[in-house]
Amino acid sequence: MLAFALKRLGLAVLVTFTVSVISFSLLHLSGDPAAAIAGENATAADIAAINRQFGFDRPLTVQYTDWLWKALHGDFGESYYFKMPVADLISDRLSITMLLGVCSISFALLTAVPLGVAAAVRPNSLIDRTALFLSVAGQAMPSFWFGLIMIVVFSIKFRLLPPSGSETWRHFIMPTVVLGYYAMPAIMRLTRAGMLEVLNADYIRTARAKGAGAGRVLFKHALRNAIVPVVSLSAVQMGFMLGGSIVVEAIFALHGAGYLAWESISRHDLPTVQALILIFSCFYILFTLLSDLANAWLDPRIRVG
Amino acid sequence: MANAPALTAETIVAISPGAMLRRRIFGHYGLLFGLSVLALVVAAAVFAPLLADHNPYTQDLFARMKPPFWMAGWDPDHLLGTDQLGRDYLARLLYGARISLLIGIVTALISGMIGTALGVAAGYFGGKVDLVVTFLINVRLAMPVVLVALAIVALFGGSLQIVILVLGFLLWDRFAVVMRSSVMQIRGLEYVNAARAIGCSTTRIVLSEIMPNVVNNLIVVMTLEMAHAILLEAALSFLGLGVQPPTPSWGLMISEGKEMMLFQPWLITIPGVALFLLVLAINLLGDGLRDVTAPEAKG
Repeated sequence: MLAFALKRLGLAVLVTFTVSVISFSLLHLSGDPAAAIAGENATAADIAAINRQFGFDRPLTVQYTDWLWKALHGDFGESYYFKMPVADLISDRLSITMLLGVCSISFALLTAVPLGVAAAVRPNSLIDRTALFLSVAGQAMPSFWFGLIMIVVFSIKFRLLPPSGSETWRHFIMPTVVLGYYAMPAIMRLTRAGMLEVLNADYIRTARAKGAGAGRVLFKHALRNAIVPVVSLSAVQMGFMLGGSIVVEAIFALHGAGYLAWESISRHDLPTVQALILIFSCFYILFTLLSDLANAWLDPRIRVG
Repeated sequence: MANAPALTAETIVAISPGAMLRRRIFGHYGLLFGLSVLALVVAAAVFAPLLADHNPYTQDLFARMKPPFWMAGWDPDHLLGTDQLGRDYLARLLYGARISLLIGIVTALISGMIGTALGVAAGYFGGKVDLVVTFLINVRLAMPVVLVALAIVALFGGSLQIVILVLGFLLWDRFAVVMRSSVMQIRGLEYVNAARAIGCSTTRIVLSEIMPNVVNNLIVVMTLEMAHAILLEAALSFLGLGVQPPTPSWGLMISEGKEMMLFQPWLITIPGVALFLLVLAINLLGDGLRDVTAPEAKG
């Protein structure tokens, strides 16, 4: 188990490093950062001065190692636009995004798992068809449009929920539903497929034959086995969700890290964008690492394979 | 059961594979729905100049915000009304279909080529090649797509070509994953070994033995990634960092209608429903194709 964990950890570090190299080069090669900061009416002398001030005139490898060295010490530089350390800026905003992420994945799991189980217990029933419809619609629904429609219906027509901001728990209801609905279809489908497979297994028949109650068979015997892949999927979805929070936070003016990403991208604030890409990647890598380790711990076959 | 005809040689005539496929296709409502809606959208996009009486870019400041036909006070000249600048909404919607389809198709082609090349190489050669490709897939999955795409488009400046290129170079992961595992499943089969034994070149084995047997999966992934790319383009344009105005992109139309959605919700409803239906149709088509070509994988 330790060897597997170390190997997996090494891979995670290598992936993080590669992501940072790629995103750094992409951001520095796709356009002239100095020209972007200087604005449209800048002279060549202005741009040269900015190049010197921010060190853009150095070779890219030097800029990268400098950035990486500081980033490893928790220093992501100073935001061009907000004029404050990027690390402080992000840590202020990250809690809202984390809260939104946890709420959304809980919402997705709490709706998708029961629906998936119910659909698997009675295939082709009304509930199965409803679940299928919800998941097919969810995959096709543009999340930003869904968010706007919710604002029109719940904030404007019925005046039930606040349309924007992050002050109270009521501000989080619509963003949670929109972001959670995005993750729901995949979880629902996997739960349903897993349950269908498990319910046909011999040990379920044995459990029924020895007289275990229906609820006990369903939850203690079947769901426990069907839920294992759902756990890894949820970790992946959680990682995607933090990245996807940018759209949802922009619609509901929820001032989290996603909103910060949108603001800083619109303003060509390179250090902030760079740090945010790295942090969102790290979350994804961390979630998948944890779920891989959890799975290896639950299922010894993975450790060897 | 009593009225069921007796099973004789006449009643169990062999069904030709073609007839069986036709039966599966016409018995699959999702597939039929997806195909019909997609055909309608393609027709709308191709014949947009014939169907629309107006130019999607022509502004008419005296005819701003005309309501669509189901609301009072609509103008027969503008079936779906006009937007804030007096541009005909139907014309913008029809020309917008071109943008969405173009983005979906070209992006899926670019990412399909990258992902298929990587996935087939990993699946066929295995070993070190597989390790490298798996690592690349991991790296790609760890990069937040929306964030990276937004950042690059913002730096390069938004245009249709840039959006297509950025999405094409970002969305190859599912192709690589699916192609890798499908090729792995067949690379050890007898006919592949036989081709190798009679001295076929690697190129020939891959092109004429492997590819024809994984092309079904490739088409399914292609439809799903097309839908994905269309949704992403709409989201990028909505955030103001995708296709730029005055291009009639559905995402951009929703973004422009957002300011007015309190009073004129149809400004966001119409392009939103169009986007939803197109993506729904492509997804249903993809799911349907999988069910029809690989019925054993249905679940």
